[in-house]
Amino acid sequence: MLRLFSKILKTGVITERCKTPKNDELEQLGIEIKRRIDKKFSGSIAIREVDAGSCNGCELEIHALNNPYYDIERFGIHFVASPRHADVLLVTGPVSRHMQTALLRTYEATPNPKWVVAVGDCAVCGGEFGVSYASCGAVSNVIPVDVTIPGCPPTPLALMKGLLGLIKA
Amino acid sequence: MNACWTIEFLNRLSTDITVAQSEAASTTIWQIESRHWQRFAELASQCQVRWVAGWAEHLDARFLVNACFENAGVYIVLRTAISCATPELPSQATVYPAANRSERHTQDMFGIHFIGHPDKRRWTRHQAWDKHSYPLRKDFPVHGKPQDITPPDMDYPFIKSHGAGVYEIPVGPVHAGIIEPGHFRFQAVGELILNLEERLGYVHKGIEKIAEGRAPEALARLAGRVSGDTTVGHCWAACRAMEQAAGIEIPVRASLLRGILAERERIANHLGDIGALCNDVAFVFAQMQFTRLREGWLRGNASYFGHRLLMDRIIPGGVACDVSDSACSLIKQEIVQLRAELSELVPALDLNSSLEDRFYTAGLLSTEIAAAFGTLGYVGRASGQNFDVRRDAAYPPYTQVRVRVPVEAQGDIASRFWVRYKEINASLHLIEDFIDLLAAGDIRAEWQTPQADSESLGIVEGWRGEITAYIRFGSDNKIARYYPRDPSILNWPALEKLVLNNIVPDFPVCNKSLNGSYSGNDL
Ligand code: SF4
Repeated sequence: MLRLFSKILKTGVITERCKTPKNDELEQLGIEIKRRIDKKFSGSIAIREVDAGSCNGCELEIHALNNPYYDIERFGIHFVASPRHADVLLVTGPVSRHMQTALLRTYEATPNPKWVVAVGDCAVCGGEFGVSYASCGAVSNVIPVDVTIPGCPPTPLALMKGLLGLIKA
Repeated sequence: MNACWTIEFLNRLSTDITVAQSEAASTTIWQIESRHWQRFAELASQCQVRWVAGWAEHLDARFLVNACFENAGVYIVLRTAISCATPELPSQATVYPAANRSERHTQDMFGIHFIGHPDKRRWTRHQAWDKHSYPLRKDFPVHGKPQDITPPDMDYPFIKSHGAGVYEIPVGPVHAGIIEPGHFRFQAVGELILNLEERLGYVHKGIEKIAEGRAPEALARLAGRVSGDTTVGHCWAACRAMEQAAGIEIPVRASLLRGILAERERIANHLGDIGALCNDVAFVFAQMQFTRLREGWLRGNASYFGHRLLMDRIIPGGVACDVSDSACSLIKQEIVQLRAELSELVPALDLNSSLEDRFYTAGLLSTEIAAAFGTLGYVGRASGQNFDVRRDAAYPPYTQVRVRVPVEAQGDIASRFWVRYKEINASLHLIEDFIDLLAAGDIRAEWQTPQADSESLGIVEGWRGEITAYIRFGSDNKIARYYPRDPSILNWPALEKLVLNNIVPDFPVCNKSLNGSYSGNDL
């Protein structure tokens, strides 16, 4: 136990703040997000992530939002287990035809008002996979999309920026 | 058997089966008559030859069916031709369980019937194309004939169980976490798992079909997206195959840089997963610490190589980016720091009784089952499968260094955990060795258009284990066939076995300890 405490103390708080030179965008972004979330969503938005056919690269970067550097929860943005608890669907991948109905049902299960964010080049425009017998391509071919975050995969910073875009919209 | 098992084995076969041997760009091909397909498998399994991969190709009025085998680091591709009019041959899945899903994939994609296959159900096909259409036949258009909304795959005949107190738990395709989609069907009594059936294929994106007609660079980009967490591994396997087919030798500096990229990918994934495993047993301290280390490592990737996950760094003929000497010394410092961090963290984990409680003896995979399913990578090595392409069928740059391969025989979650930790250390050494070997030079060989019909098999050790990529070129530098075999294809079935007699709440940690790729499996 002592080892754990000493490591925790030694690690300190590494979450990036505005004082950090150069990498300051993050904190600005976060504060901006928080202000807007406070206004529109009473301080919190709940996100349900849906992989509709991604290569899993986008998931890795979405995961990173929860690491101690970004710690996205401090801005009131958190990931939930069910679409029924969600304000926002964060959808990755070209929508594979085998996931089309599952995505539609997830969308229907999300209560109104709801927003859809398409994450990654595949979700935005079909990316490397496009439309085929197996893929519906972009998420907007299947459900209405409010915000797009391009990148392959988008970096955690780009993801935070994109979420800000949503809250602005 | 030693490295010339093939000679001895051919002698043994000669009484039953005639083999026509040929060599194509570093790949040995043995052609036999289709009626001997199963008999060959029987003899091969008696000689402890491992089944590696299976795929087919449509050429004019016939199908070529292929299966790759390995022993002692020597690979052969077994091939047979069957006519499109009667597309059938005996199954090898009766002998090799590893071939089971692969043959079902070939059945769904080509309409080839494997006689005597123990499982008649579809695998990759859900409802996006009908039962009598086969996407990888040449007359199937890449756009297919999709319905506006593809219906869900409702009537897949799952195994049923009966009896008092037995209940079913269907999970997925959309799971609770930030994770890929797939369906798991449990049969349980109380908390105990009696049976688990996996139903995958949800992220089937038609990778094999859309690969056709691509130029080498475009194929490399696609290969880098077979499974995002293995972008380096798949890209390397595909480029190796294409380079062999084109007769291109890559510069020494390029191969060393590829080695550094691949080991960095291994470390990034192991760091992330070690944290995630701890998180699955509610030990959040370790999760936070390891995601912190992973983030630092990914930022290193971005600053030295220009991409956090290292996508598109490997290109046909070499690599897309060079590293400066100053970056090399930064990488070395980073390694020293990571070692120091791990030496503080790992004793804390080792002494933690809640980890011990949950990891030891849970998710047991016996050596026999691991061998029968051809289980690869850290999952195989934690269950006594002492194999690593980097050591046993070494390719540049691994031919220039000593590769340490940690192996354990216990086969539980703890073994997989410790094998992965030891692999981080081994990879750190390798990166240091590669940096020391770097000498000035080119990082890319000039591409030469390969002859029409040239083919090759590229084999590398990705972070999950052996990856094979089969490539055939058509005319004009265009890809005619690409088949990537991710290690997950062989590892997923092992999950169905290792969860048996565990409790349902331990499924997430069992699953994470194997960590198969859905995308790499579904293609
Ligand atoms: S955008 Fe890139 S990382 Fe994301 S799913 Fe598509 S290929 Fe993978």
